[in-house]
Amino acid sequence: MEFSPKIVAFLCNWCSYTGADLAGTSRMEYKSNVRAVRVMCSGRIEPTFVLRAFKNGADGVLVCGCHPGDCHYQEGNYRCLRRFLLLQKYIQQMGIESERLKLEWISASEGKQFAELANSFTETITELGPCKIKETMKV
Amino acid sequence: MEGSKPKLKLAIYWAAACGGCCVSVLDVHEKLFDVIAAADLVFWPIALDIKYKDVEEMPDQHIDVTLFNGAIRNSENEYMSKLLRKKSKILVAYGSCSHLGGIPGLANFSTKEEIFRRVYLESESVSNSGNVIPLPEFEVPEGTLNLPEFFNDIRSLAQIVDVDYFIPGCPPQTERFLEVFTAIVSGAELPPKGSVIGAETKTQCDECIRKKTENKRIKKFYRPWEINDDGISCFMEQGVLCMGPATRAGCGYRCIKGNAPCRGCYGPPAGVMDPGAKMMSAIASIIDEKEPEEISRVLEDVVDPAGFFYRFSLPSSIIRRKLQ
Repeated sequence: MEFSPKIVAFLCNWCSYTGADLAGTSRMEYKSNVRAVRVMCSGRIEPTFVLRAFKNGADGVLVCGCHPGDCHYQEGNYRCLRRFLLLQKYIQQMGIESERLKLEWISASEGKQFAELANSFTETITELGPCKIKETMKV
Repeated sequence: MEGSKPKLKLAIYWAAACGGCCVSVLDVHEKLFDVIAAADLVFWPIALDIKYKDVEEMPDQHIDVTLFNGAIRNSENEYMSKLLRKKSKILVAYGSCSHLGGIPGLANFSTKEEIFRRVYLESESVSNSGNVIPLPEFEVPEGTLNLPEFFNDIRSLAQIVDVDYFIPGCPPQTERFLEVFTAIVSGAELPPKGSVIGAETKTQCDECIRKKTENKRIKKFYRPWEINDDGISCFMEQGVLCMGPATRAGCGYRCIKGNAPCRGCYGPPAGVMDPGAKMMSAIASIIDEKEPEEISRVLEDVVDPAGFFYRFSLPSSIIRRKLQ
Protein backbone atom coordinates (compact mmCIF):
# COMPACT_ATOMS: atom_id res chain seq x y z
CA MET A 1 0.00 0.00 0.00
CA GLU A 2 1.24 3.46 -0.79
CA PHE A 3 2.44 5.44 2.24
CA SER A 4 0.01 8.13 3.26
CA PRO A 5 1.50 10.28 6.01
CA LYS A 6 -0.30 11.48 9.11
CA ILE A 7 0.21 15.19 9.59
CA VAL A 8 -0.88 17.21 12.59
CA ALA A 9 -1.31 20.94 12.04
CA PHE A 10 -1.55 23.30 15.00
CA LEU A 11 -3.35 26.41 13.77
CA CYS A 12 -3.93 29.63 15.67
CA ASN A 13 -7.51 30.70 16.06
CA TRP A 14 -7.21 34.23 14.70
CA CYS A 15 -5.20 33.85 11.51
CA SER A 16 -4.18 30.37 10.44
CA TYR A 17 -7.30 28.45 11.37
CA THR A 18 -9.41 31.13 9.74
CA GLY A 19 -7.13 30.89 6.71
CA ALA A 20 -7.63 27.12 6.58
CA ASP A 21 -11.35 27.70 6.97
CA LEU A 22 -11.26 30.09 4.04
CA ALA A 23 -9.63 27.40 1.93
CA GLY A 24 -12.61 25.20 2.79
CA THR A 25 -15.35 27.76 2.24
CA SER A 26 -13.71 28.73 -1.04
CA ARG A 27 -13.94 25.07 -2.09
CA MET A 28 -10.23 24.68 -2.58
CA GLU A 29 -9.04 21.11 -2.49
CA TYR A 30 -6.03 20.06 -0.49
CA LYS A 31 -4.62 16.81 0.80
CA SER A 32 -6.65 15.16 3.52
CA ASN A 33 -3.48 14.04 5.36
CA VAL A 34 -3.47 17.24 7.37
CA ARG A 35 -5.39 17.07 10.64
CA ALA A 36 -6.02 20.52 12.04
CA VAL A 37 -5.88 21.28 15.75
CA ARG A 38 -7.12 24.75 16.63
CA VAL A 39 -5.35 26.59 19.43
CA MET A 40 -6.00 30.13 20.59
CA CYS A 41 -2.52 31.35 19.68
CA SER A 42 0.63 29.89 18.19
CA GLY A 43 2.23 30.96 21.48
CA ARG A 44 0.07 28.33 23.15
CA ILE A 45 1.75 25.50 21.26
CA GLU A 46 4.00 23.92 23.83
CA PRO A 47 6.95 21.80 22.70
CA THR A 48 5.17 18.99 24.58
CA PHE A 49 2.29 19.13 22.06
CA VAL A 50 4.64 18.68 19.14
CA LEU A 51 6.60 15.86 20.77
CA ARG A 52 3.43 14.04 21.76
CA ALA A 53 2.12 14.35 18.23
CA PHE A 54 5.28 12.68 16.95
CA LYS A 55 5.17 10.01 19.63
CA ASN A 56 1.56 9.18 18.89
CA GLY A 57 2.26 8.56 15.25
CA ALA A 58 2.47 11.85 13.37
CA ASP A 59 4.89 11.70 10.46
CA GLY A 60 5.01 15.48 10.24
CA VAL A 61 3.93 18.42 12.38
CA LEU A 62 2.90 21.77 10.94
CA VAL A 63 2.74 24.85 13.13
CA CYS A 64 1.01 27.96 11.80
CA GLY A 65 0.47 31.39 13.31
CA CYS A 66 -0.20 35.00 12.37
CA HIS A 67 2.44 36.88 10.38
CA PRO A 68 5.06 38.65 12.53
CA GLY A 69 3.55 41.82 13.96
CA ASP A 70 -0.02 40.59 13.43
CA CYS A 71 -0.46 38.45 16.53
CA HIS A 72 -3.81 38.92 18.23
CA TYR A 73 -1.96 38.78 21.55
CA GLN A 74 0.89 41.08 20.49
CA GLU A 75 3.78 38.64 20.48
CA GLY A 76 2.60 35.05 20.87
CA ASN A 77 3.88 34.20 17.43
CA TYR A 78 7.40 35.39 18.34
CA ARG A 79 7.37 33.01 21.27
CA CYS A 80 6.25 30.31 18.89
CA LEU A 81 9.11 31.12 16.54
CA ARG A 82 11.71 30.90 19.32
CA ARG A 83 10.31 27.62 20.62
CA PHE A 84 10.25 26.27 17.08
CA LEU A 85 13.91 27.11 16.49
CA LEU A 86 14.96 25.51 19.79
CA LEU A 87 12.78 22.48 19.17
CA GLN A 88 14.35 22.06 15.74
CA LYS A 89 17.78 21.75 17.37
CA TYR A 90 16.41 19.22 19.84
CA ILE A 91 14.58 16.95 17.42
CA GLN A 92 17.62 16.76 15.17
CA GLN A 93 19.69 15.60 18.15
CA MET A 94 17.08 12.91 18.76
CA GLY A 95 17.34 11.70 15.17
CA ILE A 96 14.11 13.17 13.79
CA GLU A 97 14.58 14.86 10.40
CA SER A 98 14.19 18.63 10.65
CA GLU A 99 11.88 18.64 7.60
CA ARG A 100 9.23 16.87 9.65
CA LEU A 101 8.57 19.98 11.71
CA LYS A 102 7.57 23.11 9.82
CA LEU A 103 6.54 26.60 10.86
CA GLU A 104 4.66 28.91 8.47
CA TRP A 105 2.79 32.17 8.88
CA ILE A 106 -0.73 32.03 7.41
CA SER A 107 -3.07 35.01 7.67
CA ALA A 108 -6.85 34.86 7.74
CA SER A 109 -7.03 35.82 4.06
CA GLU A 110 -4.46 33.26 2.86
CA GLY A 111 -6.72 30.28 2.16
CA LYS A 112 -4.92 29.56 -1.08
CA GLN A 113 -1.52 29.68 0.60
CA PHE A 114 -2.73 27.26 3.27
CA ALA A 115 -4.02 24.77 0.68
CA GLU A 116 -0.70 24.97 -1.16
CA LEU A 117 1.24 24.57 2.07
CA ALA A 118 -0.83 21.51 3.07
CA ASN A 119 -0.13 19.94 -0.32
CA SER A 120 3.57 20.73 -0.46
CA PHE A 121 4.18 19.63 3.15
CA THR A 122 2.30 16.36 2.56
CA GLU A 123 4.49 15.81 -0.49
CA THR A 124 7.70 16.45 1.50
CA ILE A 125 6.66 14.01 4.22
CA THR A 126 5.55 11.37 1.72
CA GLU A 127 9.00 11.51 0.16
CA LEU A 128 10.67 11.24 3.59
CA GLY A 129 8.61 8.16 4.45
CA PRO A 130 7.19 7.12 7.82
CA CYS A 131 8.73 8.57 10.99
CA LYS A 132 10.80 5.93 12.80
CA ILE A 133 9.69 7.15 16.18
CA LYS A 134 6.84 4.71 16.75
CA GLU A 135 9.07 1.71 16.10
CA THR A 136 11.81 3.02 18.40
CA MET A 137 9.55 4.03 21.29
CA LYS A 138 8.09 0.58 21.88
CA VAL A 139 8.87 -0.25 25.51
CA MET B 1 4.27 -1.73 74.98
CA GLU B 2 6.46 0.11 72.52
CA GLY B 3 9.38 -2.28 72.82
CA SER B 4 7.34 -5.20 71.56
CA LYS B 5 6.29 -3.42 68.37
CA PRO B 6 7.68 -5.41 65.44
CA LYS B 7 10.50 -3.63 63.68
CA LEU B 8 10.18 -2.47 60.12
CA LYS B 9 12.03 -4.61 57.56
CA LEU B 10 13.97 -2.29 55.29
CA ALA B 11 15.91 -3.17 52.13
CA ILE B 12 18.08 -0.91 50.00
CA TYR B 13 19.31 -1.98 46.59
CA TRP B 14 21.38 -0.41 43.84
CA ALA B 15 20.98 -1.17 40.17
CA ALA B 16 22.71 1.02 37.54
CA ALA B 17 23.76 3.68 40.02
CA CYS B 18 26.89 5.45 41.19
CA GLY B 19 26.46 4.56 44.86
CA GLY B 20 25.59 8.12 45.85
CA CYS B 21 22.05 7.17 46.83
CA CYS B 22 23.31 4.56 49.29
CA VAL B 23 25.73 7.14 50.66
CA SER B 24 22.86 9.61 51.06
CA VAL B 25 21.25 7.07 53.39
CA LEU B 26 24.53 6.68 55.29
CA ASP B 27 24.59 10.47 55.60
CA VAL B 28 22.02 10.23 58.36
CA HIS B 29 25.15 10.02 60.54
CA GLU B 30 24.30 9.39 64.21
CA LYS B 31 20.58 9.25 63.31
CA LEU B 32 21.47 5.84 61.92
CA PHE B 33 20.91 4.57 65.45
CA ASP B 34 17.32 5.85 65.28
CA VAL B 35 16.89 4.13 61.93
CA ILE B 36 18.27 0.87 63.26
CA ALA B 37 16.12 1.17 66.41
CA ALA B 38 13.02 1.32 64.23
CA ALA B 39 14.02 -0.93 61.36
CA ASP B 40 15.93 -4.08 60.55
CA LEU B 41 18.03 -3.77 57.45
CA VAL B 42 17.41 -7.09 55.74
CA PHE B 43 19.25 -6.43 52.45
CA TRP B 44 21.72 -3.68 51.60
CA PRO B 45 24.62 -4.69 49.32
CA ILE B 46 26.75 -1.62 50.06
CA ALA B 47 26.78 -2.35 53.82
CA LEU B 48 25.67 -5.91 54.54
CA ASP B 49 26.77 -9.30 53.28
CA ILE B 50 23.40 -10.69 52.28
CA LYS B 51 23.29 -12.61 49.02
CA TYR B 52 20.71 -12.63 46.25
CA LYS B 53 19.79 -16.20 47.18
CA ASP B 54 18.90 -15.03 50.71
CA VAL B 55 16.44 -12.57 49.16
CA GLU B 56 15.10 -15.30 46.87
CA GLU B 57 14.39 -17.45 49.92
CA MET B 58 12.38 -14.77 51.70
CA PRO B 59 8.61 -15.23 51.62
CA ASP B 60 6.71 -12.88 49.30
CA GLN B 61 5.97 -9.44 50.81
CA HIS B 62 8.49 -10.17 53.54
CA ILE B 63 10.19 -6.76 53.26
CA ASP B 64 8.13 -3.78 54.41
CA VAL B 65 9.94 -1.09 52.42
CA THR B 66 12.53 -1.36 49.65
CA LEU B 67 14.43 1.71 48.55
CA PHE B 68 15.50 0.90 45.00
CA ASN B 69 18.10 3.19 43.51
CA GLY B 70 19.66 3.06 40.06
CA ALA B 71 18.32 2.64 36.57
CA ILE B 72 17.70 -0.63 34.71
CA ARG B 73 20.73 -1.18 32.49
CA ASN B 74 21.08 -4.96 32.25
CA SER B 75 19.30 -8.23 32.94
CA GLU B 76 20.63 -8.40 36.50
CA ASN B 77 19.04 -5.03 37.32
CA GLU B 78 15.82 -6.20 35.75
CA TYR B 79 15.83 -9.50 37.64
CA MET B 80 16.46 -7.77 40.97
CA SER B 81 13.75 -5.18 40.36
CA LYS B 82 11.21 -7.95 39.73
CA LEU B 83 12.45 -9.99 42.67
CA LEU B 84 12.33 -7.06 45.10
CA ARG B 85 8.90 -6.07 43.82
CA LYS B 86 7.68 -9.54 44.72
CA LYS B 87 9.32 -9.56 48.15
CA SER B 88 8.33 -6.02 49.21
CA LYS B 89 5.11 -4.49 50.46
CA ILE B 90 6.22 -0.99 49.43
CA LEU B 91 8.69 -0.44 46.59
CA VAL B 92 10.17 3.04 46.43
CA ALA B 93 12.11 4.37 43.44
CA TYR B 94 14.84 6.20 45.31
CA GLY B 95 16.85 8.85 43.48
CA SER B 96 16.88 10.23 39.95
CA CYS B 97 18.09 7.06 38.22
CA SER B 98 15.25 4.81 39.31
CA HIS B 99 12.76 7.71 39.24
CA LEU B 100 13.50 8.99 35.73
CA GLY B 101 16.53 7.16 34.34
CA GLY B 102 19.04 9.64 35.68
CA ILE B 103 22.58 10.23 34.44
CA PRO B 104 22.99 6.62 33.12
CA GLY B 105 19.88 7.38 31.05
CA LEU B 106 21.99 9.64 28.85
CA ALA B 107 23.24 6.39 27.32
CA ASN B 108 19.95 6.39 25.41
CA PHE B 109 21.68 8.77 22.99
CA SER B 110 23.74 5.74 21.89
CA THR B 111 23.04 2.14 21.01
CA LYS B 112 24.47 -0.91 22.71
CA GLU B 113 26.79 -1.50 19.76
CA GLU B 114 28.10 2.07 19.89
CA ILE B 115 28.74 1.83 23.62
CA PHE B 116 30.55 -1.53 23.34
CA ARG B 117 32.65 -0.31 20.41
CA ARG B 118 33.68 2.81 22.31
CA VAL B 119 34.32 1.15 25.65
CA TYR B 120 36.01 -2.10 24.58
CA LEU B 121 37.62 -1.22 21.25
CA GLU B 122 38.16 2.51 20.70
CA SER B 123 38.79 4.05 24.10
CA GLU B 124 42.27 5.56 24.34
CA SER B 125 42.98 3.78 27.60
CA VAL B 126 42.05 0.32 26.32
CA SER B 127 44.46 -2.24 24.95
CA ASN B 128 42.35 -5.04 23.55
CA SER B 129 44.38 -6.73 20.83
CA GLY B 130 42.05 -9.70 20.61
CA ASN B 131 39.01 -7.41 20.17
CA VAL B 132 37.33 -9.17 23.08
CA ILE B 133 33.77 -8.11 23.82
CA PRO B 134 31.88 -9.45 26.83
CA LEU B 135 29.23 -12.05 26.06
CA PRO B 136 26.27 -13.05 28.22
CA GLU B 137 27.41 -16.68 27.93
CA PHE B 138 30.84 -18.18 27.42
CA GLU B 139 31.92 -21.82 27.33
CA VAL B 140 35.08 -22.83 29.23
CA PRO B 141 36.30 -26.37 29.98
CA GLU B 142 34.84 -26.08 33.50
CA GLY B 143 31.38 -25.18 32.22
CA THR B 144 29.40 -22.12 31.15
CA LEU B 145 30.22 -18.67 32.45
CA ASN B 146 27.49 -16.06 32.60
CA LEU B 147 27.38 -12.28 32.62
CA PRO B 148 24.22 -10.16 32.82
CA GLU B 149 22.93 -9.17 29.41
CA PHE B 150 23.50 -5.51 28.56
CA PHE B 151 20.31 -3.91 27.25
CA ASN B 152 20.14 -1.47 24.37
CA ASP B 153 17.97 0.97 26.35
CA ILE B 154 18.19 2.34 29.87
CA ARG B 155 14.85 2.26 31.64
CA SER B 156 13.50 3.72 34.83
CA LEU B 157 12.20 1.40 37.55
CA ALA B 158 8.56 2.19 36.83
CA GLN B 159 9.06 1.11 33.19
CA ILE B 160 9.83 -2.41 34.46
CA VAL B 161 7.72 -2.97 37.59
CA ASP B 162 4.91 -1.42 39.56
CA VAL B 163 6.31 1.32 41.83
CA ASP B 164 4.55 2.63 44.93
CA TYR B 165 6.42 5.87 45.59
CA PHE B 166 9.11 8.02 44.08
CA ILE B 167 11.73 9.92 46.07
CA PRO B 168 13.56 12.17 43.59
CA GLY B 169 17.03 13.65 43.72
CA CYS B 170 20.60 13.00 42.72
CA PRO B 171 20.96 11.99 45.46
CA PRO B 172 17.80 12.58 47.51
CA GLN B 173 18.45 14.95 50.39
CA THR B 174 19.10 12.94 53.52
CA GLU B 175 16.73 15.16 55.58
CA ARG B 176 13.91 14.33 53.19
CA PHE B 177 14.69 10.62 53.40
CA LEU B 178 14.49 10.86 57.20
CA GLU B 179 11.13 12.65 56.99
CA VAL B 180 9.72 9.92 54.79
CA PHE B 181 11.24 7.19 56.93
CA THR B 182 9.86 8.72 60.13
CA ALA B 183 6.42 9.01 58.55
CA ILE B 184 6.43 5.33 57.56
CA VAL B 185 7.66 4.20 60.98
CA SER B 186 5.13 6.34 62.84
CA GLY B 187 2.37 4.60 60.90
CA ALA B 188 1.09 7.90 59.51
CA GLU B 189 -1.29 7.65 56.61
CA LEU B 190 0.70 7.31 53.41
CA PRO B 191 0.00 9.38 50.29
CA PRO B 192 -1.77 7.76 47.32
CA LYS B 193 0.22 5.19 45.38
CA GLY B 194 2.37 6.62 42.61
CA SER B 195 3.07 9.88 44.49
CA VAL B 196 6.37 11.66 44.48
CA ILE B 197 7.29 11.95 48.14
CA GLY B 198 10.05 13.74 50.01
CA ALA B 199 9.64 16.78 47.74
CA GLU B 200 7.30 19.69 46.99
CA THR B 201 4.77 19.87 44.18
CA LYS B 202 5.78 23.27 42.81
CA THR B 203 8.87 24.36 40.91
CA GLN B 204 12.24 25.46 42.18
CA CYS B 205 11.62 29.01 40.95
CA ASP B 206 8.45 29.23 42.98
CA GLU B 207 10.32 29.79 46.22
CA CYS B 208 13.83 30.36 45.01
CA ILE B 209 16.05 32.26 47.40
CA ARG B 210 17.54 34.35 44.60
CA LYS B 211 16.07 37.75 43.71
CA LYS B 212 13.67 37.73 40.78
CA THR B 213 12.38 40.69 38.79
CA GLU B 214 10.06 40.93 35.81
CA ASN B 215 13.05 41.63 33.63
CA LYS B 216 13.54 38.26 31.95
CA ARG B 217 14.99 39.38 28.63
CA ILE B 218 18.02 37.50 27.40
CA LYS B 219 20.20 38.45 24.46
CA LYS B 220 22.97 36.00 25.22
CA PHE B 221 23.32 32.82 27.26
CA TYR B 222 26.47 32.30 29.28
CA ARG B 223 28.13 29.23 30.66
CA PRO B 224 28.48 29.63 34.43
CA TRP B 225 32.23 30.26 34.16
CA GLU B 226 31.77 33.02 31.58
CA ILE B 227 30.19 35.56 33.92
CA ASN B 228 30.74 37.09 37.31
CA ASP B 229 27.69 35.84 39.17
CA ASP B 230 26.49 38.55 41.56
CA GLY B 231 25.34 35.88 44.00
CA ILE B 232 21.96 37.53 44.46
CA SER B 233 19.85 37.75 41.30
CA CYS B 234 18.13 34.98 39.38
CA PHE B 235 20.51 32.92 37.22
CA MET B 236 18.17 33.09 34.23
CA GLU B 237 18.05 36.89 34.42
CA GLN B 238 21.84 36.89 34.27
CA GLY B 239 21.71 34.67 31.19
CA VAL B 240 22.82 31.44 32.84
CA LEU B 241 20.73 28.39 32.00
CA CYS B 242 19.08 27.09 35.15
CA MET B 243 16.63 24.18 35.23
CA GLY B 244 14.60 25.82 38.02
CA PRO B 245 11.49 26.63 35.93
CA ALA B 246 10.92 22.96 35.07
CA THR B 247 12.20 21.25 38.22
CA ARG B 248 10.39 20.15 41.34
CA ALA B 249 11.33 21.93 44.56
CA GLY B 250 12.27 20.13 47.73
CA CYS B 251 16.03 19.79 47.57
CA GLY B 252 16.62 22.75 49.85
CA TYR B 253 18.37 24.73 47.06
CA ARG B 254 21.68 23.02 47.66
CA CYS B 255 23.06 23.95 44.24
CA ILE B 256 21.68 27.49 44.27
CA LYS B 257 23.14 28.08 47.74
CA GLY B 258 26.46 26.90 46.33
CA ASN B 259 26.11 29.53 43.57
CA ALA B 260 25.51 26.90 40.89
CA PRO B 261 22.41 26.85 38.66
CA CYS B 262 19.86 24.05 39.08
CA ARG B 263 20.54 20.95 36.99
CA GLY B 264 17.09 19.43 37.32
CA CYS B 265 17.72 16.29 39.38
CA TYR B 266 14.40 16.50 41.25
CA GLY B 267 12.54 15.92 38.00
CA PRO B 268 9.40 17.61 36.72
CA PRO B 269 6.91 19.29 39.09
CA ALA B 270 3.45 17.80 39.56
CA GLY B 271 1.41 17.62 36.38
CA VAL B 272 4.34 17.91 33.96
CA MET B 273 5.03 14.92 31.74
CA ASP B 274 8.20 16.11 30.06
CA PRO B 275 10.54 18.46 31.95
CA GLY B 276 12.78 19.11 28.96
CA ALA B 277 9.93 20.28 26.77
CA LYS B 278 8.73 22.58 29.56
CA MET B 279 12.23 23.94 29.90
CA MET B 280 12.50 24.60 26.15
CA SER B 281 9.22 26.43 26.39
CA ALA B 282 10.48 28.59 29.25
CA ILE B 283 13.89 29.33 27.72
CA ALA B 284 12.40 30.36 24.40
CA SER B 285 10.05 32.79 26.12
CA ILE B 286 12.81 34.90 27.57
CA ILE B 287 14.92 35.37 24.45
CA ASP B 288 14.76 39.05 23.59
CA GLU B 289 14.95 38.81 19.79
CA LYS B 290 12.35 38.72 17.03
CA GLU B 291 14.27 37.91 13.85
CA PRO B 292 14.91 34.21 13.12
CA GLU B 293 18.62 34.82 12.45
CA GLU B 294 19.05 36.69 15.73
CA ILE B 295 17.15 34.04 17.69
CA SER B 296 19.28 31.31 16.14
CA ARG B 297 22.40 33.24 17.10
CA VAL B 298 21.24 33.37 20.74
CA LEU B 299 20.37 29.67 20.62
CA GLU B 300 23.88 28.81 19.43
CA ASP B 301 24.88 29.26 23.08
CA VAL B 302 22.58 26.37 24.00
CA VAL B 303 25.11 23.88 22.73
CA ASP B 304 23.45 20.59 23.67
CA PRO B 305 19.71 21.12 24.28
CA ALA B 306 18.84 17.42 24.50
CA GLY B 307 21.65 16.63 26.92
CA PHE B 308 21.07 19.70 29.06
CA PHE B 309 17.29 19.73 29.30
CA TYR B 310 17.02 15.95 29.75
CA ARG B 311 20.12 15.43 31.88
CA PHE B 312 18.24 13.34 34.45
CA SER B 313 15.08 12.39 32.61
CA LEU B 314 15.82 11.12 29.11
CA PRO B 315 14.49 7.53 29.49
CA SER B 316 11.18 8.71 30.91
CA SER B 317 10.68 11.65 28.56
CA ILE B 318 8.35 11.64 25.55
CA ILE B 319 11.15 10.79 23.11
CA ARG B 320 12.96 8.44 25.43
CA ARG B 321 15.89 7.57 23.22
CA LYS B 322 17.63 8.68 20.06
CA LEU B 323 15.93 7.18 17.02
CA GLN B 324 17.84 4.36 15.39
